[in-house]
Amino acid sequence: MKYIDEYRDKELVEKISTKIHKATTKPWAIMEVCGGQTHSIMKYNLLEYLPSEIDFIHGPGCPVCVTPIELIDKAISISLIKDVILTSYGDMLRVPGSTMDLFQAKAKGADVRIVFSPLDAIKVATDNPLKKVVFFAVGFETTAPANAMAVVEAKRRNLTNFSLLAAHVLVPPAMEAILSSQNSRIQGFIAAGHVCTVMGYKQYFPIAEKYKVPIVIGGFEPVDLMEAVYMLISQLESGTYSVENAYSRVVTKEGNLHAQKVLEDVFEISDQNWRGIGLIPNSGFKINRSFESFDAEKVFSLQNSKVSESPLCMAGEVLQGHIKPTACKAFLNICTPENPLGAPMVSSEGACAAYFHYHK
Amino acid sequence: MCRAIPGKIISIDDSNPELRMAKVNFAGIIKDACLNWLPESKVGEYVIVHVGFALNTIDEQDAEQTLHLLREMGEIP
Ligand code: SF4
Repeated sequence: MKYIDEYRDKELVEKISTKIHKATTKPWAIMEVCGGQTHSIMKYNLLEYLPSEIDFIHGPGCPVCVTPIELIDKAISISLIKDVILTSYGDMLRVPGSTMDLFQAKAKGADVRIVFSPLDAIKVATDNPLKKVVFFAVGFETTAPANAMAVVEAKRRNLTNFSLLAAHVLVPPAMEAILSSQNSRIQGFIAAGHVCTVMGYKQYFPIAEKYKVPIVIGGFEPVDLMEAVYMLISQLESGTYSVENAYSRVVTKEGNLHAQKVLEDVFEISDQNWRGIGLIPNSGFKINRSFESFDAEKVFSLQNSKVSESPLCMAGEVLQGHIKPTACKAFLNICTPENPLGAPMVSSEGACAAYFHYHK
Repeated sequence: MCRAIPGKIISIDDSNPELRMAKVNFAGIIKDACLNWLPESKVGEYVIVHVGFALNTIDEQDAEQTLHLLREMGEIP
């Protein structure tokens, strides 16, 4: 497959690996922000190709993992209301809420359906005019414009039975929160390539400048990631901290202005609670006034109930890069993808699941 | 979540001006994708698609050049 195979070329990975080994003279702690990248690093065993001086710290870039438990509980409560069809991306169904997950709600009779695109959720609403169709939409800046398009389409089609339960998280404020935390060890970032495909990378210049950290935009295939590491290490070794793009075939500085326009039309920036991490100012999107009739939180006006997390789960520490999943006592023995205690074990891009599947 | 995969546009349906849709070939699997954010995109181009929306066209020249540079970089001792 064009644009995939050539970026999985083992020989090329080895060549870049040699370059990285030559360039590295001291220990460096670097973070890949995006969980999709964590997944690739583990799947292709990239740590084997890197010198032991490089400590890869896995970031919080897994929207499924950081969706607040209150919202999972709300989605479950809404799904159990009569005549509701709750639609969401597949990964959301197994994320543990306080008492159950959406799969268990489904077993109890809730009509919960997996969709692959927001436009599928719109189709469900169009096909079921007598039901209330809720789209439980999570995502970073990559997914948020598509989720916003569902609302735009619902309005255009005059659908009165559609609403969005939204949990959107934004990457740059999270990077700042991590950098300004007291125990941060991060010296350089690989920024999330597909977030940048939408948003561009202008936002990273002030962060690189303020915290004096190099930031390299990286893709998802092994060659892309190795190239990004090489560029990052070269900067670290020479003491520079600029923003560079190692994924230029799809990322431009400006990003996709059409997608950004949809975001502006439908959402406004809000403070957002990240599961396991806490409140990060200005790190989310909520539906703005002109689309509020499509906001499931308003349509169903549910109260926040008391939430409860597994006391064993150290997801917060994992998501902030303080520990590796293997340091969690529940890892492998109590917590598994079939029986997850925390969200990072559910999603294929959660660090715990990536370690479960690929760590040797 | 943020996975987006490359595919080739095989046909475009412009009949609905509000929703520009395309058939995209992902290594033999044909799926629908919305092209609203790439109004200039054409049949035959490669796009990167996420949850049914094309996020950007792949810059072919850039892709070739990067690979070329990386291969060369390995050659220089
Ligand atoms: S292994 Fe399971 S219990 Fe431990 S931090 Fe990860 S998700 Fe939580």
